[in-house]
Amino acid sequence: MATDTPAIQVDNLVRRFGDVEALSHVSVSIRKGEFFSLLGPSGCGKTTLLRCIGGLDIPDEGVIRIDGTDARQIPAHKRPVNTVFQSYALFPHLTVSDNIAFGLRMKNVPKQEIGGRVTRVMDMVEIPKLADRKPAQLSGGQKQRVALARAIVNEPMVLLLDEPLGALDLKLRKQLQVELLQLQRRLGITFIYVTHDQEEALVMSDRIAVMSTGKIVQMGDAEDIYEHPRTRYVSQFLGSCNLLDATVKRRGASDAVVQTSVGELRVELGANPSEAARRDQFTVAIRPEKVSLSGPNEAPGENRIKVKVEQLIYIGSETHYVLRAGDGVELKAQALNVRGCAPEFDIGKEAIAFLPAAGLLILDD
Amino acid sequence: MANERKGEVQFGEQLTVRSHILRSAMTSGPGIFWVTFFLLLPLVWIGVISFLTRTEVGGFERPFTFENYTRFIGFGFFGFDMLYPQIILRSLVLGIGTAVLCMITALPLAFFIAGLPARYKTLALTLVLIPFWTNLLIRTYAWQILLAPESPLTRLAVWLHFTEPGLPLYPSAMAIYIGMVCDYLPFLVLPLYASVEKIDWSIAEAASDLGADGPRVFWHAILPQVTPGLVAGIILVLIPATGQFVIPDLLGGAKTVMLGNAIQQQFQQSRDWPFGSAITFVGMGAVMLGLWAYARAAGERGGEII
Repeated sequence: MATDTPAIQVDNLVRRFGDVEALSHVSVSIRKGEFFSLLGPSGCGKTTLLRCIGGLDIPDEGVIRIDGTDARQIPAHKRPVNTVFQSYALFPHLTVSDNIAFGLRMKNVPKQEIGGRVTRVMDMVEIPKLADRKPAQLSGGQKQRVALARAIVNEPMVLLLDEPLGALDLKLRKQLQVELLQLQRRLGITFIYVTHDQEEALVMSDRIAVMSTGKIVQMGDAEDIYEHPRTRYVSQFLGSCNLLDATVKRRGASDAVVQTSVGELRVELGANPSEAARRDQFTVAIRPEKVSLSGPNEAPGENRIKVKVEQLIYIGSETHYVLRAGDGVELKAQALNVRGCAPEFDIGKEAIAFLPAAGLLILDD
Repeated sequence: MANERKGEVQFGEQLTVRSHILRSAMTSGPGIFWVTFFLLLPLVWIGVISFLTRTEVGGFERPFTFENYTRFIGFGFFGFDMLYPQIILRSLVLGIGTAVLCMITALPLAFFIAGLPARYKTLALTLVLIPFWTNLLIRTYAWQILLAPESPLTRLAVWLHFTEPGLPLYPSAMAIYIGMVCDYLPFLVLPLYASVEKIDWSIAEAASDLGADGPRVFWHAILPQVTPGLVAGIILVLIPATGQFVIPDLLGGAKTVMLGNAIQQQFQQSRDWPFGSAITFVGMGAVMLGLWAYARAAGERGGEII
């Protein structure tokens, strides 16, 4: 098999539930060995897509190819993919080691071999002592590890993970994120990871597909998606973002001066302006951490706006500000507390917010 | 203060010991009274009688003896006799056979009902229960009519070369089992259906995802989930079916004695209460033993008992 054949190739997939299109013409190609995340709110179709790939749901239209083979011919139990279920779906009547051995037994792997492989995988996910426990006797994190072990012991070509860390507390989730990532690198298995947690997707993924109402709205690596969201939806779903309606006043070679509700701003159009950037009205976005604050006495200049600090949320490593610009527009800003919280930007104080042109993005919608 | 805190806290109210006892007596009292006087004491009395000796006129008197029991397992006045062991065996076969047939019928039925749209489920369950609206005797006589020589059912059997023209389909073993299954099916369908409704289908999906084909998904992921309901249903069928004798009498030609009518005979025609009590106790003992064995097995598997 050629290495450049995508592990999973999805073409024009449609899945309808009654009148609702859970998936509407989704196409995506996932490379071998990739950690690919499907990110979106609940009901966006990400789990349905995962189930179609696993063979647990049948699409109404479109083709899924697994390693180049049309998966319509392959029933779920013969596909070279395994799933880690959101609810874990461990067999309640079987012990941990029998749960993990299940897939190998179904494939009639010789008994001597099963024992060794189960032990190795249990070591890998760090549950070597739980072999004889029943699922009801395990904690959430342990169940998660068993579910993972039960899937990877089969050495699938693609591992499908449906919000596997969703039911765990934050600290354990962060720890398991790192472990999952290391495991994926070590095994070289393609991971398709469904999550609604944007941070989780950013931390773990090689590539992320952001989904909304049955469609993939943007796809790219973590930095690309975070730094260059193309729509209001993506900019708001991943992190937070200030959105401003802009009207072009003057256009330069690669930049433009626009009028927004907070005042005049210079934006960069780039060498190759997008279709939206060529219009006279568009939305500009800037991430709160790119907005910097300085004292009210600073000389006014380009992209500098007079604001009043309205709210201040101190969260330890950084401080979040809600600023009110001249005519009632809210701006969010964040500052790292390198030298502690700056007292000069207390609630009610005046300040100057700097919105650097490099941080201002032009959105498609 | 410390002395007063002897009773329990119920619904956020601190009870004194006296009011606690009073409340318990009012809530559980009637039930305990009922079970004690109408079940436990008569049972103890039957137990005592089973060790007594029959008098000439059908009463019972001392001395205490094991004779009633030894007679039942085959050692009577005239040496070893298979009569009573055969009755036990026959009743067990009838009970187990009925339970197996009911299980085979109830499994697809329970899954079918559980798969129906919500508004039809109640209707289907009502239909399952309809036989209960009619008396057992009347239902069994109805089967005699349905299995008579000129009935449509018999004609169908003739047409299928299953039987010869002019003959009824009863009395026969088949007729007995038809009657038995019709009578006991609801006892198995209802608990089984309750289990089927609670199935976690993601576990079946997991099995399929891990390489199990249809039959193996059923065996490894679905059957274990409905086992509690299935076992409860089998117990509910097995116990009364083993004691059943009206249906075998009416549809089997009244030629054979079952455990049930053996007991009835002893208490009525033969007027041998001690022996009748012994048969009753052996029957109950066998059932208890079976339940205990099951509870142990279920306990070892770490599952709930029912």
